[in-house]
Amino acid sequence: MEPTTAPTKPQFSPAAQAEIKRLLTHYPEERSKSALLPILHIAQAEFGGWVSPEVQDLVAETLGIKPIEVYEVSSFYTQYNLNPVGKHVLEICRTGPCMLRGSDELTEHLERITGAKIGGTSPDGTFTLKEVECLAACGFAPIVQVREKYYEQLDTPEAVDAMLNELRSLVHRPILPWEETGLPNSLKNY
Amino acid sequence: MGRKLLTEHINVEGINTFEVYRKHGGYRSVEKALKTMTPDEVVEEVKKSGLRGRGGAGFPTGMKWSFLAKPEGVPRYLVCNADESEPGTFKDRQLMSKLPHLLIEGMITGSYALGARTSYIYIRGELLYVLRILEKAIAEAYAAGFLGENILGSGYSLDLHVHPGAGAYICGEETALLESLEGKRGNPRNKPPFPAVQGLYARPTVVNNVETIAAVVPIINEGGDEYAKLGVGKSTGTKLISACGHLNKPGIYEIELGVPVEEFIYSDEYCGGIWKGRDLKAVVAGGSSVPILPKELILKNVAGENRLMTYESLSDGGFVTGTMLGSGGFIAMDETTCIVKNTWNFSRFYHHESCGQCSPCREGTGWMEKVLHRLEHGHGSMHDIDLLVSVAKQIEGNTICPLGEAAAWPVAAAVRHFRHEFEWHVTNPKEATAPGAAYRGKAVLA
Repeated sequence: MEPTTAPTKPQFSPAAQAEIKRLLTHYPEERSKSALLPILHIAQAEFGGWVSPEVQDLVAETLGIKPIEVYEVSSFYTQYNLNPVGKHVLEICRTGPCMLRGSDELTEHLERITGAKIGGTSPDGTFTLKEVECLAACGFAPIVQVREKYYEQLDTPEAVDAMLNELRSLVHRPILPWEETGLPNSLKNY
Repeated sequence: MGRKLLTEHINVEGINTFEVYRKHGGYRSVEKALKTMTPDEVVEEVKKSGLRGRGGAGFPTGMKWSFLAKPEGVPRYLVCNADESEPGTFKDRQLMSKLPHLLIEGMITGSYALGARTSYIYIRGELLYVLRILEKAIAEAYAAGFLGENILGSGYSLDLHVHPGAGAYICGEETALLESLEGKRGNPRNKPPFPAVQGLYARPTVVNNVETIAAVVPIINEGGDEYAKLGVGKSTGTKLISACGHLNKPGIYEIELGVPVEEFIYSDEYCGGIWKGRDLKAVVAGGSSVPILPKELILKNVAGENRLMTYESLSDGGFVTGTMLGSGGFIAMDETTCIVKNTWNFSRFYHHESCGQCSPCREGTGWMEKVLHRLEHGHGSMHDIDLLVSVAKQIEGNTICPLGEAAAWPVAAAVRHFRHEFEWHVTNPKEATAPGAAYRGKAVLA
């Protein structure tokens, strides 16, 4: 059966368009494809935390390149989500230094209290859990990244609760969460 | 307490702003270089300093700079490698967040030396918040006349941009980084041609680590000879060490190269010893790629001499009894650590991060992960232990980029020094896989 309504084509907001225009000035004119990675970041932030094929096509159109040139990049880099995600994606570092300081226990704990499994989303759609490799904050392990914010030293249930409560309190999916909730502790108290 | 050339002012309130940074002597190296030195003289100072690449390879920076091709009328680039992703390493994130102007100052002085008119900082995509800190600082530097057209009336012009990656360890390899900066998958390029001849957009390019570029600032301010007075032998200057794992005081320490490893681990000035009053079992001294050493060999070399935090001392004994300073990612493991599990974890990392271009790495890393997984979970055989060594050997030297070696070395070293622990997983699987189990037998030291 044919779908009754054609899906609406995604469009960048004026703010995103202005940012893309600024980014394009960073590279030689004939090398505008260089802006692909940063534009995909903008697209992911604009369109619900993931990049659908339609959104990727929009990125291709914006840069005047073939859709395959976007697909091959979006599938290579782990930060781009190619499937729908919950309101907050919790990226849990699982690499050696975090493991030494309890990332396995942290993952189990997060699975238990959010009701989500790694790679999946909690039943209420609030949290998606994702395992990632080293986030370069090993001295403050274990670590979870949520969009642009690092939550560090999550080695007690209290620290985990504080993170989840902070995230639950955010009404919108902020594009710059650290502007609302502050920088990681390690950067405040060096 | 050694001298701090990079982080002396890191805790000054507002040091992330141009104004405060400038008040504390910031941007002097730019003034000195642009007003009183030729580009070649700047390169000469860096050569004299003995500075070696701080990203892991330890290649002399001045020499790397002097290899840059300079064909007439062709643009050339300085690209900063801020794709910090080597497990155990987290110094550049801290340096850029707290002292963004230090990196920008180094980029300006370095770009002047190399004749670059556009330069890039390639930062890993996870650090978008650091990218914003850098962009804010760059805007301040433009406003103050340290970037843009005709800097300080010298006739030299430079544009500086920050470019994010998007989650790929391999983009720390310089040619993969350049591919990524061109908007492509991060597949390392065949070499030659080297980036010094054909780098970004096929133009001559130098790629340097964040800390390397930051070190150019004190080198120009104080002179290469002065810088070279710090440290020991060919390990000159200071180095940021990222200390993590089972330490009382993990964190970032700027040390004068030459501090004894024992002092670094146990002294209160640095890491303050092993947590929970436990004994040290092993250390990975330079990021996850370098060989792991048991306690006895990281504290002293086979001749019984104290090991120092220098390129030479850590590599004393080669890969039989030594390791490498690498990126300075210092991972300490206490007596309860399971070396098999840790090795499996690192193998999973390299398998995940292999770009897939070269079969030995794409297949070999997956193979090692699988074998280590079954050993760790009590399903391995004695043959598996030799199989690991054999696969590691077949990856090494057979790939386009060093990720192959980076994946092979930790496995080979773990089996070399902790073979008894691997065997214990085969002979006593129930005991070895019990929760909290740890092998307490002796390590192999030679």
